[in-house]
Amino acid sequence: MLTIGRDIIDAIVAHARRDHPDEACGIVAGPIGSDNPVRHVPMDNAERSATFYRFDSMEQLRVWREMDDRDEEPVVVYHSHTATEAYPSRTDTSLAGEPKAHYLLVSTRDPSTEEIRSFRIVDGTVTEEPVQIVDASVDPTAVTTYMFGQSPAAVDYECSTGH
Amino acid sequence: MAIEVRIPTILRQYTGGAKVVEGTGDTIADLLTNLDASHSGLRARLITDEGALHRFVNVYINDEDVRFLGALDAKLNDGDTVTILPAVAGGALAFAAVEALADNLR
Repeated sequence: MLTIGRDIIDAIVAHARRDHPDEACGIVAGPIGSDNPVRHVPMDNAERSATFYRFDSMEQLRVWREMDDRDEEPVVVYHSHTATEAYPSRTDTSLAGEPKAHYLLVSTRDPSTEEIRSFRIVDGTVTEEPVQIVDASVDPTAVTTYMFGQSPAAVDYECSTGH
Repeated sequence: MAIEVRIPTILRQYTGGAKVVEGTGDTIADLLTNLDASHSGLRARLITDEGALHRFVNVYINDEDVRFLGALDAKLNDGDTVTILPAVAGGALAFAAVEALADNLR
Protein backbone atom coordinates (compact mmCIF):
# COMPACT_ATOMS: atom_id res chain seq x y z
CA MET A 1 0.00 0.00 0.00
CA LEU A 2 1.18 3.47 -0.86
CA THR A 3 0.05 6.12 1.64
CA ILE A 4 0.54 9.65 0.34
CA GLY A 5 -0.71 13.17 1.05
CA ARG A 6 -3.47 14.75 -1.02
CA ASP A 7 -1.31 17.87 -1.54
CA ILE A 8 1.47 15.78 -3.08
CA ILE A 9 -0.93 13.88 -5.35
CA ASP A 10 -2.43 17.20 -6.45
CA ALA A 11 1.05 18.54 -7.24
CA ILE A 12 1.97 15.39 -9.22
CA VAL A 13 -1.27 15.48 -11.22
CA ALA A 14 -0.80 19.21 -11.88
CA HIS A 15 2.73 18.53 -13.12
CA ALA A 16 1.47 15.76 -15.43
CA ARG A 17 -1.31 18.00 -16.80
CA ARG A 18 1.12 20.88 -17.31
CA ASP A 19 3.56 18.78 -19.35
CA HIS A 20 0.84 16.96 -21.33
CA PRO A 21 1.12 15.76 -24.12
CA ASP A 22 4.72 15.02 -23.10
CA GLU A 23 5.31 12.55 -20.29
CA ALA A 24 6.09 14.13 -16.93
CA CYS A 25 8.32 12.50 -14.31
CA GLY A 26 9.69 13.02 -10.83
CA ILE A 27 10.10 11.60 -7.37
CA VAL A 28 8.77 12.00 -3.88
CA ALA A 29 11.55 11.67 -1.33
CA GLY A 30 11.11 10.55 2.25
CA PRO A 31 13.28 9.55 5.21
CA ILE A 32 15.15 6.27 4.59
CA GLY A 33 13.10 3.30 5.73
CA SER A 34 10.04 5.40 6.59
CA ASP A 35 7.99 4.52 3.49
CA ASN A 36 6.63 8.04 3.89
CA PRO A 37 6.77 10.23 0.76
CA VAL A 38 6.96 13.84 1.92
CA ARG A 39 9.14 15.92 -0.43
CA HIS A 40 7.92 16.26 -4.02
CA VAL A 41 10.66 16.83 -6.60
CA PRO A 42 9.38 17.32 -10.17
CA MET A 43 12.14 16.37 -12.63
CA ASP A 44 12.80 17.41 -16.22
CA ASN A 45 11.96 14.82 -18.82
CA ALA A 46 15.23 14.99 -20.78
CA GLU A 47 13.52 13.19 -23.68
CA ARG A 48 10.66 15.73 -23.95
CA SER A 49 8.59 12.98 -25.49
CA ALA A 50 4.97 11.89 -25.47
CA THR A 51 6.01 8.25 -25.25
CA PHE A 52 9.26 8.14 -23.28
CA TYR A 53 10.83 9.75 -20.26
CA ARG A 54 14.27 9.90 -18.78
CA PHE A 55 15.57 11.95 -15.89
CA ASP A 56 18.26 14.41 -16.93
CA SER A 57 21.45 12.75 -15.69
CA MET A 58 22.94 15.86 -14.10
CA GLU A 59 19.69 16.80 -12.38
CA GLN A 60 19.40 13.23 -11.13
CA LEU A 61 22.91 13.35 -9.61
CA ARG A 62 22.09 16.61 -7.86
CA VAL A 63 18.77 15.34 -6.49
CA TRP A 64 20.19 11.95 -5.44
CA ARG A 65 23.08 13.69 -3.60
CA GLU A 66 20.60 15.98 -1.89
CA MET A 67 18.64 12.92 -0.71
CA ASP A 68 21.88 11.36 0.56
CA ASP A 69 22.68 14.50 2.55
CA ARG A 70 19.18 14.52 4.06
CA ASP A 71 19.10 10.75 4.78
CA GLU A 72 16.27 10.35 2.30
CA GLU A 73 15.49 7.90 -0.47
CA PRO A 74 13.13 8.03 -3.47
CA VAL A 75 9.99 6.60 -1.84
CA VAL A 76 7.93 7.29 -4.97
CA VAL A 77 9.10 7.43 -8.60
CA TYR A 78 6.33 8.76 -10.82
CA HIS A 79 5.68 9.42 -14.46
CA SER A 80 2.71 10.02 -16.69
CA HIS A 81 1.29 8.17 -19.65
CA THR A 82 -0.46 10.66 -21.86
CA ALA A 83 -2.54 8.48 -24.19
CA THR A 84 -2.70 5.12 -22.44
CA GLU A 85 -3.68 3.67 -19.07
CA ALA A 86 -1.70 4.20 -15.88
CA TYR A 87 -0.06 0.78 -16.01
CA PRO A 88 3.67 0.03 -16.42
CA SER A 89 4.70 -0.67 -20.00
CA ARG A 90 7.28 -3.32 -20.79
CA THR A 91 9.74 -0.46 -21.08
CA ASP A 92 8.88 0.75 -17.57
CA THR A 93 9.29 -2.74 -16.20
CA SER A 94 12.59 -3.52 -17.87
CA LEU A 95 14.14 -0.19 -16.88
CA ALA A 96 12.89 0.00 -13.29
CA GLY A 97 16.02 0.47 -11.18
CA GLU A 98 14.68 1.29 -7.72
CA PRO A 99 13.41 -1.95 -6.16
CA LYS A 100 12.32 -0.22 -2.95
CA ALA A 101 10.33 2.54 -4.65
CA HIS A 102 6.60 2.81 -5.27
CA TYR A 103 6.20 3.37 -9.02
CA LEU A 104 3.29 5.78 -9.36
CA LEU A 105 1.69 6.19 -12.77
CA VAL A 106 -0.63 9.01 -13.75
CA SER A 107 -2.63 8.92 -16.96
CA THR A 108 -3.59 12.25 -18.48
CA ARG A 109 -5.52 10.73 -21.39
CA ASP A 110 -8.80 12.09 -19.97
CA PRO A 111 -8.58 15.74 -18.91
CA SER A 112 -11.41 15.40 -16.39
CA THR A 113 -10.49 12.11 -14.68
CA GLU A 114 -7.72 11.65 -12.15
CA GLU A 115 -6.20 8.27 -12.99
CA ILE A 116 -3.40 7.21 -10.64
CA ARG A 117 -2.11 3.75 -9.80
CA SER A 118 0.88 2.46 -7.87
CA PHE A 119 3.13 -0.54 -8.43
CA ARG A 120 6.16 -2.32 -7.09
CA ILE A 121 8.53 -3.38 -9.83
CA VAL A 122 11.17 -5.86 -8.70
CA ASP A 123 13.25 -8.03 -11.03
CA GLY A 124 10.84 -7.43 -13.89
CA THR A 125 7.76 -8.40 -11.88
CA VAL A 126 4.98 -5.84 -11.56
CA THR A 127 2.72 -5.91 -8.49
CA GLU A 128 -0.07 -3.38 -8.18
CA GLU A 129 -0.84 -2.00 -4.74
CA PRO A 130 -3.63 0.14 -3.28
CA VAL A 131 -3.11 3.89 -2.94
CA GLN A 132 -4.35 5.62 0.19
CA ILE A 133 -4.56 9.37 -0.15
CA VAL A 134 -4.66 11.18 3.17
CA ASP A 135 -5.46 14.77 3.91
CA ALA A 136 -5.11 15.77 7.54
CA SER A 137 -6.29 19.30 6.83
CA VAL A 138 -9.60 18.37 5.24
CA ASP A 139 -12.81 19.31 7.02
CA PRO A 140 -14.30 15.94 8.07
CA THR A 141 -17.80 17.27 7.52
CA ALA A 142 -17.06 18.51 4.01
CA VAL A 143 -18.82 16.84 1.15
CA THR A 144 -16.42 14.83 -0.95
CA THR A 145 -16.86 13.82 -4.52
CA TYR A 146 -14.23 11.09 -4.61
CA MET A 147 -15.46 8.06 -6.48
CA PHE A 148 -13.93 5.53 -4.09
CA GLY A 149 -13.97 7.62 -0.92
CA GLN A 150 -14.10 5.63 2.30
CA SER A 151 -13.89 8.60 4.62
CA PRO A 152 -13.48 12.31 4.04
CA ALA A 153 -9.86 12.29 5.28
CA ALA A 154 -8.62 9.16 3.54
CA VAL A 155 -9.36 7.96 0.04
CA ASP A 156 -8.45 4.46 -1.01
CA TYR A 157 -7.91 3.64 -4.63
CA GLU A 158 -8.49 -0.08 -4.74
CA CYS A 159 -6.68 -2.34 -7.11
CA SER A 160 -7.17 -5.87 -8.29
CA THR A 161 -3.99 -7.45 -6.92
CA GLY A 162 -1.89 -7.52 -3.76
CA HIS A 163 -1.75 -5.33 -0.69
CA MET B 1 45.36 5.04 -6.96
CA ALA B 2 42.30 4.79 -4.78
CA ILE B 3 38.92 5.64 -6.24
CA GLU B 4 35.81 5.75 -4.07
CA VAL B 5 32.84 4.18 -5.85
CA ARG B 6 29.26 4.80 -4.72
CA ILE B 7 26.99 1.85 -5.46
CA PRO B 8 23.20 2.16 -5.97
CA THR B 9 20.76 -0.04 -4.05
CA ILE B 10 20.02 -2.27 -7.03
CA LEU B 11 23.71 -3.25 -7.43
CA ARG B 12 24.58 -3.76 -3.76
CA GLN B 13 23.95 -7.48 -4.15
CA TYR B 14 27.41 -7.53 -5.78
CA THR B 15 29.11 -5.61 -2.96
CA GLY B 16 27.79 -7.53 0.03
CA GLY B 17 25.38 -4.67 0.69
CA ALA B 18 28.12 -2.04 0.78
CA LYS B 19 27.11 1.45 -0.33
CA VAL B 20 30.68 2.57 -1.00
CA VAL B 21 33.59 0.44 -2.23
CA GLU B 22 37.14 1.26 -3.29
CA GLY B 23 38.86 0.38 -6.53
CA THR B 24 41.78 1.37 -8.69
CA GLY B 25 42.28 2.20 -12.36
CA ASP B 26 43.41 4.90 -14.76
CA THR B 27 40.10 4.88 -16.63
CA ILE B 28 36.50 3.89 -15.95
CA ALA B 29 37.07 0.70 -17.97
CA ASP B 30 40.12 -0.20 -15.81
CA LEU B 31 38.20 0.59 -12.64
CA LEU B 32 35.28 -1.65 -13.59
CA THR B 33 37.65 -4.51 -14.42
CA ASN B 34 39.40 -3.99 -11.07
CA LEU B 35 36.09 -3.89 -9.19
CA ASP B 36 34.85 -7.04 -10.87
CA ALA B 37 37.75 -9.00 -9.31
CA SER B 38 36.40 -8.35 -5.82
CA HIS B 39 32.72 -7.82 -6.73
CA SER B 40 32.02 -10.43 -9.36
CA GLY B 41 29.09 -9.66 -11.66
CA LEU B 42 29.11 -5.90 -11.14
CA ARG B 43 30.85 -5.14 -14.43
CA ALA B 44 28.36 -7.16 -16.48
CA ARG B 45 25.52 -5.01 -15.15
CA LEU B 46 27.22 -1.84 -16.40
CA ILE B 47 28.74 -2.87 -19.73
CA THR B 48 26.93 -4.35 -22.71
CA ASP B 49 27.98 -7.49 -24.58
CA GLU B 50 29.44 -5.17 -27.21
CA GLY B 51 31.69 -3.58 -24.60
CA ALA B 52 29.98 -0.19 -24.30
CA LEU B 53 28.63 1.49 -21.19
CA HIS B 54 25.00 0.43 -20.77
CA ARG B 55 22.70 3.17 -21.99
CA PHE B 56 20.45 3.06 -18.94
CA VAL B 57 23.18 3.36 -16.33
CA ASN B 58 24.61 6.73 -15.35
CA VAL B 59 28.24 6.86 -14.24
CA TYR B 60 29.73 10.06 -12.88
CA ILE B 61 33.28 11.12 -12.01
CA ASN B 62 32.89 13.65 -9.22
CA ASP B 63 30.28 16.03 -10.71
CA GLU B 64 30.51 15.00 -14.37
CA ASP B 65 28.60 12.42 -16.41
CA VAL B 66 31.26 10.17 -18.01
CA ARG B 67 29.33 10.34 -21.30
CA PHE B 68 30.78 13.84 -21.64
CA LEU B 69 34.28 12.69 -20.63
CA GLY B 70 34.89 9.81 -23.03
CA ALA B 71 32.61 7.18 -21.43
CA LEU B 72 34.65 4.07 -20.55
CA ASP B 73 37.85 5.85 -21.58
CA ALA B 74 37.25 8.69 -19.13
CA LYS B 75 40.41 9.31 -17.09
CA LEU B 76 40.54 8.89 -13.34
CA ASN B 77 42.77 10.62 -10.81
CA ASP B 78 43.66 9.58 -7.29
CA GLY B 79 40.93 10.68 -4.90
CA ASP B 80 38.17 10.87 -7.50
CA THR B 81 34.71 9.71 -6.51
CA VAL B 82 32.75 7.64 -9.00
CA THR B 83 28.97 7.49 -8.57
CA ILE B 84 26.82 4.89 -10.30
CA LEU B 85 23.07 5.52 -10.61
CA PRO B 86 20.48 3.55 -12.55
CA ALA B 87 18.94 5.87 -15.12
CA VAL B 88 15.33 6.61 -14.24
CA ALA B 89 13.56 6.07 -17.53
CA GLY B 90 10.57 4.41 -19.12
CA GLY B 91 7.39 5.40 -20.84
CA ALA B 92 4.56 4.19 -22.96
CA LEU B 93 6.73 3.63 -26.03
CA ALA B 94 6.80 -0.01 -27.10
CA PHE B 95 9.74 -1.98 -25.81
CA ALA B 96 11.03 -3.02 -29.25
CA ALA B 97 11.20 0.61 -30.30
CA VAL B 98 13.22 1.51 -27.21
CA GLU B 99 15.67 -1.29 -27.90
CA ALA B 100 16.07 -0.11 -31.49
CA LEU B 101 16.59 3.44 -30.24
CA ALA B 102 19.15 2.28 -27.71
CA ASP B 103 20.99 0.33 -30.41
CA ASN B 104 21.04 3.34 -32.71
CA LEU B 105 22.44 5.61 -30.04
CA ARG B 106 25.12 3.24 -28.82
